[in-house]
Amino acid sequence: MIEVRNLSYSIGSKKLLRNINFNVQSGDLLTVIGANGAGKSTLLKLLAGELQASEGDILIRQKSIATYKLNSLARFRSVLAQSNTITVSFKVNEIVMMGRYVHFESSPTDEDIRIVHAAMQQTGVLDLAYRDYNTLSGGEQQRVQLARVIAQIYDQPNGVLFLDEPTTGLDLLYQQQILSVARELADRGYCVVSILHDINFASRYADKVLILKDGHRVAFGTPNEVINIHNIQNAFNIRVRLLRDSESDTPLVIPATILSDLE
Amino acid sequence: MRSYRILFGVLGVVLVLVCVVSACVGAVKISITELWAIICFRLGLISTTQYTPSQEAVLLNIRLPRVVLGALVGATLAISGSTIQALFRNPLAEPGLIGISSGASLFAVIMIVLEARFFNFMSAIFGYYALPIAAFVGACLTTLMVYRLAVRYDSRADIATLLMAGIAMNALAGAITGLLTYLSTDEQLRNITFWTLGSLGGASWKTVVAILPFVAVSIVALPFLSKSLNALALGEAQAGHMGINVSLLKRTTIVLATMGVGASVAVSGMIGFVGLVIPHILRMAFSADNRLVVPGSALVGAAVLVLADLVARTIVTPAELPIGILTAIIGTPIFIYIIAVERRKFRVG
Repeated sequence: MIEVRNLSYSIGSKKLLRNINFNVQSGDLLTVIGANGAGKSTLLKLLAGELQASEGDILIRQKSIATYKLNSLARFRSVLAQSNTITVSFKVNEIVMMGRYVHFESSPTDEDIRIVHAAMQQTGVLDLAYRDYNTLSGGEQQRVQLARVIAQIYDQPNGVLFLDEPTTGLDLLYQQQILSVARELADRGYCVVSILHDINFASRYADKVLILKDGHRVAFGTPNEVINIHNIQNAFNIRVRLLRDSESDTPLVIPATILSDLE
Repeated sequence: MRSYRILFGVLGVVLVLVCVVSACVGAVKISITELWAIICFRLGLISTTQYTPSQEAVLLNIRLPRVVLGALVGATLAISGSTIQALFRNPLAEPGLIGISSGASLFAVIMIVLEARFFNFMSAIFGYYALPIAAFVGACLTTLMVYRLAVRYDSRADIATLLMAGIAMNALAGAITGLLTYLSTDEQLRNITFWTLGSLGGASWKTVVAILPFVAVSIVALPFLSKSLNALALGEAQAGHMGINVSLLKRTTIVLATMGVGASVAVSGMIGFVGLVIPHILRMAFSADNRLVVPGSALVGAAVLVLADLVARTIVTPAELPIGILTAIIGTPIFIYIIAVERRKFRVG
C-alpha cells in the first residue's frame, strides 16, 4: 500500500530525515514514535504530500506520490493534522461535510449526507452536529476533525489515513476512543499511519511500530519485536523498565531515570 | 442547498424593491406607475406617455445609472470582502485592510493631482477606462507588494505577515495621499475629498460601462470559489489534503477581488465597511458556509449601498452627503457589536 524507499529530506544542509525505509499494507495500523525533533512530523508531511522528498521516493498504491494530482490523492487519502483552529464559526456537520468536498461539485449527494452521518456516529459527535465548532471542548473538536477525515475516505476500500499526534492534549478516555476508531478503520482494511507520543498506546493498538531518532530509523516491526529496553533507551534517552500487559500480551514501558550523557 | 436558493430569491426581490424605491425618490418625484410607464414606453410596450419629459430625463440619465452603479459597487465591495475574509481566514479582514482600497485610491489621487499630460495620454488611449484602470493598477501593485512581502519560500502566504504588510502599505498610501492633498489646489482638493470619502455622485451610463467588465467578472466568478474557500477555513495544509490547489485558489481570489475593488474605487472612491459588515451579518444570521455568504453578500451589498446612496442624496438636500461618511457612521456601531458578540462566543469555548 505504502512503500517508503531510501527517503531523505533536508532543509539547507540540515538533514531532517535520512534514508528511511518501510512498508505498510492495507489493514495495518502503523505508529511512528520518537523523541521531539526525531523527524516524525516531517515524515508525515512527506507522506501527506505537503513536502517533497530530497532523495528517495514514497509509493502509494505502487505509484510515486509526486505523480498524483492533489485531488486524485484526496479521494482516497486523508490527513488529520496536529492543530485545527478555525476562526470562522462553522457548524460541526458543515465541517464534517468538507471531507466530502473532493467527491462532489456543488451540492452533496444523498450518499455524501449518509456518509457524513455515519462518520459522525463513528466518532461519537452526532449529538453535536448543529453546534458551533468553536464552542466545543478540545476533545470534541478533535473527534469532529477525525469524523471529517473519515468521511473523506469513508467509501474508499483500501483508503489511507494519516494522523499526526491525534491524541495530544486529550484526556485518557478521548485518547482511547480516538485510537480505537483508528484500530477499527485498520481492521476494516484501511491503511492507517499515526504519529503517537505514548509508547504504550502504540504498543497496544499498532500492528507495526516505526521508531525514529534524529532522522534515522532506529527500528521497524511489530510492537513485540521493536519495543524493547534497548530501542526505547536509544530513541528517547531515558532508562526504562519493561513489563508485559497480560491482557493484550504487549510490552508496557515504564520510565525509570534520565540517562546521563556519560553513559 | 435548496434553502439557499430560496434565500437568494428573497434577497433578489428585496434588491429589486430597493432599486425601484431609490429610482422613484429624489428632488424630482416619480411615482411607481410613472416609473412603470416610462419603462414600458421605452421598451415599446405602450405608445402613450403619462409623465413629464423631465421625469423621463431624470430617471434615465440620472437615477437609473446611479442605482445601477450603486448596486454594482455595493455587490462588488461586499463579495470581495467576503472572499478576502475567507482567504485570510479572518472575519475582520477586508479589501481596505490588505491595501487594495488605499492603493487604488492613491493611484486615482496621483492621477488627479498630477493631472498632467500622462493622464491625458492615458485618457486618449483608454477613454473612460483610464481612471478605473489606474485604480486597478494601484490596487494590484499594492496587493502584489503586500503579497510578495508575506509569501514564504514555499509559496505559502503567512496570514499574520500578510495583514501586517497590509497595515504598512495602508500607512504608506495614506501618507502619500496626505502629501498630495497638501500640494493640491482647491479644486483638486474637492476631487480628492470625493475619493477619500466616497460618493456615487459621478454616476452616469459611461461610468457604469467603464466598470462593468471588471466588476461583472468578479461578481460572476467569485461564487465559484465558495466551496474551496470553505475548506480553506480549516487551514492551508488541511485544504491541500482535501485536494484543493491552495496557491491557485489564493491567486485567483486576490486577482478577482482586486479587480472588482479597484474598479469600484475608481468610480466611487473609498466606501468603507460594506465589505466588512455585510458578509458578517450574513454569517451571523444564517451560516458561515461561503456558498451562502459569497453570493448572498453580493445581493445584500447591492441593496444596502443603493439604500445608503438614497439616504446620502436626500438627507441634506439640496446638498449631498458623501456616502462613505454614511456607511462609516452606520457600519462602525454594527462592527463594534459584532466584535462584542464574537468575544462572548469565543469565551464560552
